[in-house]
Amino acid sequence: MTRLIPHPVLSLSMVMLWLMLTRFSLGYLILGTALSLVAGRAYSALHPAKPRVRRWRVIPRLAATLFRDIVQSNINVARLLLTEGRGTRRSAFVQIPLKITDENALALLAIILTATPGTAWLEYVVETGTLTLHVFDAAQADHYRDVIGKIYEPMLMEIFE
Amino acid sequence: MNPLQAVPLAVAIPVAILVVLGSTLTLIGALGFARLSSFYDRLHAPTLATSWGTGGIIIASALMFSAIEGRAVIHEFVIGLCIIVTTPVTLMMLARASLHRDRAEGSADLPEAMRIRPDPPALD
Repeated sequence: MTRLIPHPVLSLSMVMLWLMLTRFSLGYLILGTALSLVAGRAYSALHPAKPRVRRWRVIPRLAATLFRDIVQSNINVARLLLTEGRGTRRSAFVQIPLKITDENALALLAIILTATPGTAWLEYVVETGTLTLHVFDAAQADHYRDVIGKIYEPMLMEIFE
Repeated sequence: MNPLQAVPLAVAIPVAILVVLGSTLTLIGALGFARLSSFYDRLHAPTLATSWGTGGIIIASALMFSAIEGRAVIHEFVIGLCIIVTTPVTLMMLARASLHRDRAEGSADLPEAMRIRPDPPALD
């Protein structure tokens, strides 16, 4: 079972994706299933760290927080861009020590920070666990430090570790 | 008959609002992209387009075609998913390439503490 379908969640979501993009029919179901099984095996050849989700309950809370933050920072960044040149906005580099080490949690954090306008992930040094961010508005640097350290990191730790 | 006339007003209004919101944010992002002067600042402008810019247009499209076809049309969200999952990859690649170049040149764009990267451990 594990050999045939090494990544059941991945393969299943690919079948769903395939069926969403095409019109549902038996032929497409078979073709999609075959493709997703091949893709699953190809993916396992990369030896990815298998995600182990420990607490699913935290995920809706994470999604809700993220949604609110994205709306908020869209407004902030749009305002800053429109007043660009007139205001006193400066950008800054922020270094944040991270406690999470799980690859999948880090990947999710990268998605969260990229999806939120105003923060850009520059680099993560594995040996020291330090994340370097570029923050569009330097006045918000401490805010982001707090949001990452006190809100997102504990949630990601709860989910993955 | 124009298929757009079949859309009830209760759907047309949110669709219009979302389309205008999404395209306005994308436009602001593009303007910022053109006006900002430093590379690191420019990394931020397009994220408006990839978050609510895309989001607004996708939700509007899903609402609109669900109303016209009378069934749930949700494959637009696949576009959103792909954008959310792939932008960090591109963004990180650009950012790290720029960091690498600035470090090699000892550029004044970087604060003192960031000019050197800790050496990765030697490979066996």
